[in-house]
Amino acid sequence: MSGHSTYQPTHPALQWLEQRLPIGGLIHSSFIAYPTPRNLNYWWTFGGILSFMLGVQIITGIILTMHYTPQVDLAFKSVETIMRDVNYGWLLRYLHANGAAMFFFAVYIHMFRGMYYGSYKSPREVLWILGVILYLLMMATGFMGYVLVWGQMSFWAATVITNLFSAIPVVGDSIVTWLWGGYAVGNPTLNRFFSLHYLLPFVIAGVVVLHVWALHVVGQNNPTGVEPKSDKDTVPFTPYATVKDGFLIVCFCLLFAWFVFYIPNYLGHPDNYIPANPAVTPSEIVPEWYYLPFYAILRSIPNKLLGVIALFSSIGILAFLPWLDTSPVRSARYRPLYRQFFWLFVIAAVGLGWLGSKPPEGIYVILARVFTVYYFAFFLIVLPLLGIFEKTKPLPNSISESVLGAKA
Amino acid sequence: MTTVSSAEHSRRDFLYIATGAVGAVGAAAVLAPLIAQMNPDASTVAAGAPVEIDLAPIADGQIVKVFWRSKPIFIFHRTKKEIEEAQNVSVSSLPDPEPDSERVKKSHEQWLVVIGICTHLGCIPLAHQGEFDGWFCPCHGSQYDTAGRIRKGPAPKNLYLPPYAFISDTKIRIG
Repeated sequence: MSGHSTYQPTHPALQWLEQRLPIGGLIHSSFIAYPTPRNLNYWWTFGGILSFMLGVQIITGIILTMHYTPQVDLAFKSVETIMRDVNYGWLLRYLHANGAAMFFFAVYIHMFRGMYYGSYKSPREVLWILGVILYLLMMATGFMGYVLVWGQMSFWAATVITNLFSAIPVVGDSIVTWLWGGYAVGNPTLNRFFSLHYLLPFVIAGVVVLHVWALHVVGQNNPTGVEPKSDKDTVPFTPYATVKDGFLIVCFCLLFAWFVFYIPNYLGHPDNYIPANPAVTPSEIVPEWYYLPFYAILRSIPNKLLGVIALFSSIGILAFLPWLDTSPVRSARYRPLYRQFFWLFVIAAVGLGWLGSKPPEGIYVILARVFTVYYFAFFLIVLPLLGIFEKTKPLPNSISESVLGAKA
Repeated sequence: MTTVSSAEHSRRDFLYIATGAVGAVGAAAVLAPLIAQMNPDASTVAAGAPVEIDLAPIADGQIVKVFWRSKPIFIFHRTKKEIEEAQNVSVSSLPDPEPDSERVKKSHEQWLVVIGICTHLGCIPLAHQGEFDGWFCPCHGSQYDTAGRIRKGPAPKNLYLPPYAFISDTKIRIG
């Protein structure tokens, strides 16, 4: 929102700072006076939750780094030292591990919200693409963090994921050797994953700044998909959105605390409490739950290279969503047919996640292939066609009309 | 905005203050473990438990160095001459006045047990060197006598005494 700032500090020290570095004005216009659509529902609070979780992960992560040793013979033991000897080490480790799971849980809700309400449509394409970049960075960070524990799952997940690149023709094997820094996953791999795992969250923080900037330039979407037309359609961010976000962060933390204090190992795999053994592969290699849908897609294609391509395209295709969806109507509230396909998509995504945890045999393979076909068909066939053929419901004239009725 | 009566004002005030108070308690509860984790962990504390040292192998005039809680401890088996040198000094002339009797255990005057860290800036002084038959610190030239007391140089205090006790005539427990 460019133009004259409404921020007028009263205290002389704040005026002095404002003339030299207008950070007060920036915070005021971005998070206090910022006009927010008045009809946002709780699905819009997950952006704030994600920022909060990024802070939690960075703080717990930096503290864990004070006690962790990134060397193949010492790493596993250093994690156990954290759990047993370091004051509140058990709490920090469980916060960080379960925090990653909560981070992904929030990001999936955030993404589904965007898909349902058409938040990826013009003029928010760049906002959406920055989000896809953030999601990819999160996946890389989470993967490398899991490897650092150097348990059996850590080691073999690292082996499997880095081996994906060997599917690339001609240069694949060289790339894998380059990633490993050796002839197999080993100490060089662990060290570089540690370095990058420390780095990427700060890259995420930087891209989050771009993401929020892109958001503030175009303004938030809202459940009707109708842009704000007047001041009656918006309320100041503080206190309305601030308190709404804060309330849901508290509720979210209750769920987070439930995992951390009562079932801290529920989402993890027991095999990761076995120190890494390069000579023995566990009977099942399974990634953490937040990667399972893509794992299922990878396994449903019987060809190595095509499976890898399917895996990466299943994420990459998200970036094209603004152009694949041809409908001029944003919100699924007014798109009854799209809504049904959307929920089928959610079922397919969750179903793929469940199937990713199952052994790749029998009915699981068949179902995974069906869901994979639907996954890609949703983006490549359903969305382009719906825009042409769907009969949408009439949109409200304005946000305030939809909230307050016609007399608004 | 419609005006509100002062009773409703105070209810909002109460809610703000109550929320702020709970938030402050919550913030303190969050910060406490984040700060406490930097304190020595359980294994470090366990490694800092008292150590028992056998004095029998230490010859007359020999100084032995052991570690307790990561600090060097000098155990000095003093000869008669070294004990007399320590006792015959005028206490008030010392930079850090302390009689020898307060630096050793009764009826064990031949044993001097001190922390081997120069009280100036933390280097380990060198044994059997300097003008006073005690220690000489090569970093800035502090000199200690046969009772580990500072005699010359920038160090402000005598070598510190660790907590220790004789569990027999030939064994001490440090810590």
